[in-house]
Amino acid sequence: MLRRNIDVFEECKNKALLKFVIMLGELNCVKEMFLLELLEGEKEFILEQVSEILKNNRTERENLVPLLQKVQGVLGYLPEPAIEKIAKTIDIPAVDVFGLATFYNQLRLNPPGKYQIKVCMGTACHMIGGQIILESFERRLDIVEGETTPDRKCSLERVACVGCCAIAPVVVVNEFIEGSLTPTRVDGILLQFDGDDQEEEAGEQEQEQESEGGQDS
Amino acid sequence: MSDKVTITIDDCKITAPEGEKLLWVALDNDIYIPNLCALKEKDRPSASCRLCFVEVKGISDPVTACTLPVTEGLVVKTRSPEVDRLVKTAFELLITDHRLGCKKCPANNSCELQKISKERGLKYKSKRFKPFEKDEPIDESMEQFIFDRSRCVLCGRCVWVDHHVAEVGAIGFSLRGIKRKVTTFGDYDLADSPCTECGECVKVCPVGALSFNE
Repeated sequence: MLRRNIDVFEECKNKALLKFVIMLGELNCVKEMFLLELLEGEKEFILEQVSEILKNNRTERENLVPLLQKVQGVLGYLPEPAIEKIAKTIDIPAVDVFGLATFYNQLRLNPPGKYQIKVCMGTACHMIGGQIILESFERRLDIVEGETTPDRKCSLERVACVGCCAIAPVVVVNEFIEGSLTPTRVDGILLQFDGDDQEEEAGEQEQEQESEGGQDS
Repeated sequence: MSDKVTITIDDCKITAPEGEKLLWVALDNDIYIPNLCALKEKDRPSASCRLCFVEVKGISDPVTACTLPVTEGLVVKTRSPEVDRLVKTAFELLITDHRLGCKKCPANNSCELQKISKERGLKYKSKRFKPFEKDEPIDESMEQFIFDRSRCVLCGRCVWVDHHVAEVGAIGFSLRGIKRKVTTFGDYDLADSPCTECGECVKVCPVGALSFNE
């Protein structure tokens, strides 16, 4: 009896393991790490900020994570020259700092976009098809999770539960929560960004015209 | 360290310097224990491959031989049902994301995985796990060797010798979990890294991930 129970248990466990490995097999591989080219003058700005932080903090290996957090706090992400500079100051290979930066979810190598899209992958969202929503974003924006579009407009990332499982699948765009998403709604959200941008531009132009008009009179 | 101790491995009496790790004592005396990540020069073994399990008298669970210093009167068994189960699972998990095709592999017949499979009678095809093919491009940018990540078992030997023997710092681990891999800074080609082509990492690679060009 006991023997049979053990066999049944082993079988169930093996099935669960098999399922897990199949699930892992569906994950995409990240292709490039530093995706975006730096803008003109940006490198100088980055190096200036980083050396400022390095001056005011202990530069020892055990202080590496707080340093990276501080740099990300100022710049919003960890650009290539910043990592190289930190590694050189602490006197460790740059690849070690890079390994650390890619290990932790909090640290990012690509700048946050104007619209930060966070797709929820909590239990409820995962079960109801959060992967489909993430894939729709990836297809539409032509980037994979963790990256930013070349025009720095949208950045895409996956997060754990955001706390509104009743309206799963959920996506958070710049602190604004969208629930019960479908791939069609994904297109809608992206269209909305274009609309918002056009409105903004129109608003700016109006302001300019007004200020010009004010100068004229 | 100069004190000699007597230990028993599989009913063989062996004298060894006190404090030396059990794995090296066994291997020096022609008793094979599977291993991938261990390097003799390494003071603190990473014990990450989970293959060198042995049964020690007085300890209820199997222990990793690479982390166990030998002491007087140690009684060790290299095989037991528990050990075999652990090693089998670890080996199967390693094989699932290791590109097979041994005939085309440069490490054919010198591969540690082949040796473990032969010694312990483990099969390359697992009934439990579906193979997970890594789709990584092969780095052929260097003149002397090539780097095929889909054959890498993430033992960490190359990273350690790169940092501590060659003292170059060209390669390291990056990312986490199933995506973890050995990369250069920024995941660029080896040719764009500080790599000096000393070949130390190629010499320690237990599988065919790093191999010299012929």
